[in-house]
Amino acid sequence: MKNLNSVFAAYLIGWGVFFLFYVTIAKRAHDLRVEIDRLKHSLPRGK
Amino acid sequence: MVKRMLLGAVAIALVIASAYAALYVAPEERTMGLIQRIFYFHVGSAWAGMDAFFVCFVCNLLYVWKRAPKYDWLAVSSAEVGLVLTTVVLITGPIWAHPVWGIWWTWDARLTSTFVLWLLYVSYLLLRTLIEEPERRALLSSLFGIFAFLDVPLVFGAIRWWRTQHPSPVIMGGPGSGLEHTMKLVLFFSAFAMHVLALFLIVERYVLEEMKNDVDILQREAEAQ
Repeated sequence: MKNLNSVFAAYLIGWGVFFLFYVTIAKRAHDLRVEIDRLKHSLPRGK
Repeated sequence: MVKRMLLGAVAIALVIASAYAALYVAPEERTMGLIQRIFYFHVGSAWAGMDAFFVCFVCNLLYVWKRAPKYDWLAVSSAEVGLVLTTVVLITGPIWAHPVWGIWWTWDARLTSTFVLWLLYVSYLLLRTLIEEPERRALLSSLFGIFAFLDVPLVFGAIRWWRTQHPSPVIMGGPGSGLEHTMKLVLFFSAFAMHVLALFLIVERYVLEEMKNDVDILQREAEAQ
């Protein structure tokens, strides 16, 4: 099973990159949601 | 929201299934052995990345023509996802190359043009952070995106037009090229899985742009009062 570690490293690092990217999207979405709620509450008519 | 979650679940299931197919279903390549199994993930990611850049290019053209913000949102979403996929290509490639070539990297036409492509789309995203005004940002980044896409045909043609350390194409490579039937099926399945994953990520990223637009509208309303 020569190079098995390299094969698993390639797949795991690749999946890790996708996962990290998704986490950054989720984090940015959360921050924007908070900002939208804050702005909605700051408007006098409470839109 | 439910549709997006469903798309995400399908993408994850397909990516796991494609990894299983690459590791256990595809036959072992005669000269390279086990390490060649990176090929399915590497090439699948590369094709999905190129297609994401193509979507970005089309949206850049459409924005320049129609000036509708949705094209700019889809362009930046596709560019980011294409960049992530190309990053995976640039990481998995050297891991595959090292045991086979004895080196991690060489500045041949394919590797260099792919690295330049990565740099061009990093520049595209950086450019967007430098311009405050949304319409100006969208127009200038669209023009830059159209220019950046010119490297994609170079990446495609590099292993066809020049002698490279990178292997010759096994699909659309002309006479003498080709792939064993099961390997070809696993490759196409892996590419399909990466495209579904790319679609899911583009949709998620596009929703961010919609939310940014909502924030802009609310900020303008707040300032007007």
